[in-house]
Amino acid sequence: MPPMDDPTPAAIRTEALSRTYARPRRRRWWGRKPAGDEPAEFVALDGVSLSVRPGELFGLLGPNGAGKTTLIKILTTLLAPSAGSAFVDGLDVVTEADAIRPRINMVSGGESSGYGILNVRENLWLFARIYGVPTAVAHERIDKMLEVVGLTDKAKSRVTHLSTGQRQKMNFCRGFITDPKILFLDEPTLGLDVTSARAIRAFVRQWMKERPDRTLLLTTHYMAEADELCDRVAIIDKGRVLACDTPANLKRRVQQYPLYELTLAPGANGWADLEALPGVHQATATTTPTTVELKVSLSEEPAIGAVVQALATGGGRILSLKKSEPTLEDVFIELVGHGLGSEEKG
Amino acid sequence: MPEPSSLKLFLTAAAARTYPRVAWLFRSRTWMIQETILPVLAVSAFAYAYTAMGAPHEYTGFVVLGAAMTTFWMNVLWGLGAQLYWERDSGNLELYVMSPAPMMGVLTGMALGGMTTTLVRAAAITVSGVLLFDVPIDPTSWGLLALVFVLTLAALYGLGMMFASLFLLWGREAWHVVNLLQEPIYLLSGTNFPVAVLPRAVAVVATAIPLTAGMDAMRQVLFRAPGLFDVWAEVGLLAGLAAVFLVAAQRSLRYLERRAKDQGKLTVRWQ
Repeated sequence: MPPMDDPTPAAIRTEALSRTYARPRRRRWWGRKPAGDEPAEFVALDGVSLSVRPGELFGLLGPNGAGKTTLIKILTTLLAPSAGSAFVDGLDVVTEADAIRPRINMVSGGESSGYGILNVRENLWLFARIYGVPTAVAHERIDKMLEVVGLTDKAKSRVTHLSTGQRQKMNFCRGFITDPKILFLDEPTLGLDVTSARAIRAFVRQWMKERPDRTLLLTTHYMAEADELCDRVAIIDKGRVLACDTPANLKRRVQQYPLYELTLAPGANGWADLEALPGVHQATATTTPTTVELKVSLSEEPAIGAVVQALATGGGRILSLKKSEPTLEDVFIELVGHGLGSEEKG
Repeated sequence: MPEPSSLKLFLTAAAARTYPRVAWLFRSRTWMIQETILPVLAVSAFAYAYTAMGAPHEYTGFVVLGAAMTTFWMNVLWGLGAQLYWERDSGNLELYVMSPAPMMGVLTGMALGGMTTTLVRAAAITVSGVLLFDVPIDPTSWGLLALVFVLTLAALYGLGMMFASLFLLWGREAWHVVNLLQEPIYLLSGTNFPVAVLPRAVAVVATAIPLTAGMDAMRQVLFRAPGLFDVWAEVGLLAGLAAVFLVAAQRSLRYLERRAKDQGKLTVRWQ
């Protein structure tokens, strides 16, 4: 159980959580195992310790095989941990699974669940009923959710007649119609068109605002999605959490100093001495035939005023000025060593 | 919203999971025709054989009843037995396990759904067979017939629910078991002949199969034919088998869930 001095238990908490899978080994017909260099076990999670506060929208970022789905399966009581412990809403996922289940739900982006012979409304009704949602309430929520994802006109279509994206939207609805206290979304916008993904993100934000005790754990490949939605993000690779913080703090890790990008008209002078100004950490320039591209990192952000003044005094004409923000992808590459795209290609 | 009681969740889950099978019944009518006509053809072959041999007229009734009851056995083996395996492969199993609904309720729904669709099929076979071959029906008691029928289904589907858990653990090997069970059970349950003609020891052992005891009792009640044991003894046996199989199903489900969570088999497909 969580420590006694913790007044509000974390919505999700893991302590040194590990999960290993036995590698399948084909036995030879005479019964001896073939010798191999591969270890007999594969480590999917390796001592993961996380704490998600009630009301938090928490993101998990990691390449394929990082352990994100394994972590979600353990938290949703579908998989037993090999070592360590995990608590959902203060309850142990191993010994108190029955008490956890009414409080949670999960949607996976690539899931193919549902019954093809039933239509969209019937499928959603079925999965609401196994949570004990009364039929009238279920239909009310189904109507609302179908409108959110733009599937109202498909309510009476059989699931076999839906496209992959429409089926995914139906499964997204399934996660919300039981009104869970803690929701797990595993790549919810994977493969959806831009408009649908945007509608879903907007709904997720609104859903979290409606009731402050709701908690959402999201895994996504889309860095911008995590950046836009999540209060905090954990970056996970090879079963280990490499970093866990707010997106802003994570970005500060890769960019210690604020960075400004200025474009100057050709022939400008004065930029060579910028590094001598107080508050300026570094200044680099690239000259093109039509412009001078200047990058200035500042140890004190207000120094940007002095930079602009110095350039103007030197006769420089500033064509554009923008503050350059690092992205979560920069953070990811810094921590993992490669981007999500390059990992997938690999 | 207050959390529903365990019993209510059991009932709502069972009813909800029955629904897809019942919907299938009304939405796939072509299957109904195929699965009624083919068994009636098989019945016809045996009925003409018995007629040619000058066998007692109720033997045709035995065959019709055998064909009708066999549809339940086929449904238990291929439908219910493989159900959890199929649910896992289609991605539904993890949703059921993760939900607050008791898995026994979900499995009961699968059984009730299969039972409902097969009941319609069995009724169609019985009516066609009785009308085509003028089967003499003179039951000693309709109530007793109904009791034997209900107990036979309870025991059969209890067995199927137990299979469902085991098949999920065995993975692909389960299909071999299904094939292994199919033909011997046809023989031992006396699908097309009175089971009393088997050697006594074999027949007694065969009554551990719900289909054998159920059909023997139903034939006694329906056609006033001699059977292996007294009808009430077979009623008791069927009730005992139903209880044993249902308890075994519940325990094997619990074992399955624990073991599958340990091994990560609840969500791993295509094994």
